[in-house]
Amino acid sequence: MSQEGYLDMELLRFSTAGSVDDGKSTLIGRLLYDSKSIFQDQMEAIEEASKRKGEENVNLALLTDGLRSEREQGITIDVAYRYFATPKRKFIIADTPGHIQYTRNMVTGSSTANLAIILVDARNGVVEQTKRHSFIASLLQIPHIVYCINKMDLVDYKEETYNKVRAELEAFSSKLDTKDVRFIPLSALAGDNVVDRSSKMDWYGGPTLMYLLETIHIGSDHNHVDRRFPIQHVIRPQTKEHHDYRGYAGRIAGGVFKPGDDVMVLPSGFSSKIKSIDTLDGQLEEAFAPMSVTMTLEDDIDISRGDMLVRETNAPEATQDIDIMLCWMNKKSLVPNGKYAVKHTSKDVRCIVKEIQYKVDVNTLHRVEDNKQINMNDIARVKLRTTAPLFIDKYNRNRMTGSLILIDEATNETVGAGMII
Amino acid sequence: MQSYNLSHLKELEAESIYVIREVAAQFEKPALLFSGGKDSIVCFHLARKAFFPANVPFPLVHVDTGHNFQETIEFRDKMVEKYGATLIVGSVQQSIDEGKSIEEKGFNASRNGLQTATLLETIESNKFDACMGGARRDEEKARAKERFFSHRDDFGQWDPKNQRPEIWNIFNGKKNFGETFRIFPISNWTEMDIWQYILQEKIELPSIYFAHQREVFTRDEVIYGKTNFMKMKPEETTEMKQVRFRTIGDASCTGAVESSADSLEKIIEEVAATRTTERGTRADDKRSEAAMEDRKKQGYF
Repeated sequence: MSQEGYLDMELLRFSTAGSVDDGKSTLIGRLLYDSKSIFQDQMEAIEEASKRKGEENVNLALLTDGLRSEREQGITIDVAYRYFATPKRKFIIADTPGHIQYTRNMVTGSSTANLAIILVDARNGVVEQTKRHSFIASLLQIPHIVYCINKMDLVDYKEETYNKVRAELEAFSSKLDTKDVRFIPLSALAGDNVVDRSSKMDWYGGPTLMYLLETIHIGSDHNHVDRRFPIQHVIRPQTKEHHDYRGYAGRIAGGVFKPGDDVMVLPSGFSSKIKSIDTLDGQLEEAFAPMSVTMTLEDDIDISRGDMLVRETNAPEATQDIDIMLCWMNKKSLVPNGKYAVKHTSKDVRCIVKEIQYKVDVNTLHRVEDNKQINMNDIARVKLRTTAPLFIDKYNRNRMTGSLILIDEATNETVGAGMII
Repeated sequence: MQSYNLSHLKELEAESIYVIREVAAQFEKPALLFSGGKDSIVCFHLARKAFFPANVPFPLVHVDTGHNFQETIEFRDKMVEKYGATLIVGSVQQSIDEGKSIEEKGFNASRNGLQTATLLETIESNKFDACMGGARRDEEKARAKERFFSHRDDFGQWDPKNQRPEIWNIFNGKKNFGETFRIFPISNWTEMDIWQYILQEKIELPSIYFAHQREVFTRDEVIYGKTNFMKMKPEETTEMKQVRFRTIGDASCTGAVESSADSLEKIIEEVAATRTTERGTRADDKRSEAAMEDRKKQGYF
């Protein structure tokens, strides 16, 4: 690795989903192992643990199962984060368990991902879980989905089998709202088309999984069009040197900001110009999502946390009536007409659940209108009324200004994730 | 159209600064746990960036086991003075003297586990409601399940099976009276990211991270620096070796590695080639497969 190379790598976040026994742990183990990201002491520890459990082969799942109860029960309970890097990119894997609390975990793992890997067993083709995982990935607006058609070694690396599974997947995924869908035939166990190109599938002309992960274009995954700067914190040094300094700190949620740009402050509606974009390393000529910066304005305006800087001619909708797709994440069911705390960007409000329109059957994608009991792992379309206006975009336009969470006011637990429609 | 891409280090930096600012905004009395190790030094650097041109609006808290490498303490004091930070020291020795902690016995006695009691006491007496720490998910498998905002009950305990889901970058720091949070701004960084960032940002580090001559002895394949608080077995002898430390913890459980890497560039080359995790030199994690999980449940950070 040359120094210039590694100081200038991109970051790709991806999630992995698949049903039980489809070789997900093996695939992750393969990616980590072949990119030399499993260390010797980790390998020795899992070799020993596998032996102790009387398993014949080294169980790569033990690498990701971090909690005692997971290792005891042999299941993955919670999303685990794994890291590896190649000379081209650094990767963060959100490994989501397939069977237990799948929706809650997959939503969590997918929420920040650029790409989702969904494993399909070549022998079984599209199963219920495949549909469910695809639906959640599309609901969370993961820009790229890669279907890994695994266990090709068990179907004699036959092109017809791959084509059949691929056709099934294409038919199904065309109903979903995902921009970029890819297919790769591979064998995680044998290593075909994971890092190295398979010699047994000459008929496949596409990239290996690793090549795809290293090269897929992720530059346009953030919104660089609509200027959105939610104020997180107001910086007032009140020192002699910076006596009158008022800086607005936050993370850019969309658009490109430059000194001299006109901005409007929500909710007050006052207009001003950006005076400077300040960082410890000096002033910036421009800033864009997802950078964390501090901006100063030409005019002295009262601005505080929860306010947003936008462009006057391209402002988000300010509204108290909000339509969302809600993923419920708590054992306690959603209370119809119940009141919850809401967090949206840096703004805190309260809301009442005004109407539950329908539930989605995540296996068939059908609407369920006769049962409106929203339990853990359910996904439903819901109308909220908030105590103060939120400045919203649609989730498919901007993942940051289009998302919110609901919090139970008694327990303070995060109970729901909402995607604004 | 121009391409708006951030390098992985810039993106990680932006995420961490965002988390640190959320802490300042959502909590009344936060603190930054500071051990003098590279991860906490990077956290402090990120905190300076988060609030520039203002000073870091929370104190640094050092849970001092009393078993330190002298170089670390000197570095800590110099850094605090240079940036005008506030330092609060929680003393494990004092907890022992007051009978709140009991010193471990034997040759492998470590004060690492005793940090928990002192940490909880420091949190309570200063009424901190959130403590940021430089833990990373790639360090250890129990940490891989940790949230950015980790909720702790009023005994400081972690309940790994009942963690709040953390979706997008919306962090929920709501809590009841007496409860606290541990917050990990650099969760998504790896050891390599930390070193690359230190190089990129030209961050100063204590000298013991770089190769130097030291009087050491070897026990259970771990190289320990000779100190006056570590008892040696009769058959153990010391020798001079060229070593450096990959992590800095309590001196009684932190091992060194033989190395000639005396610059950041060489350390990065070494980290890229190395085949063991940095916690492989930590005796505190070798006690059992769930050593870290158990300590975290009790309130360790």
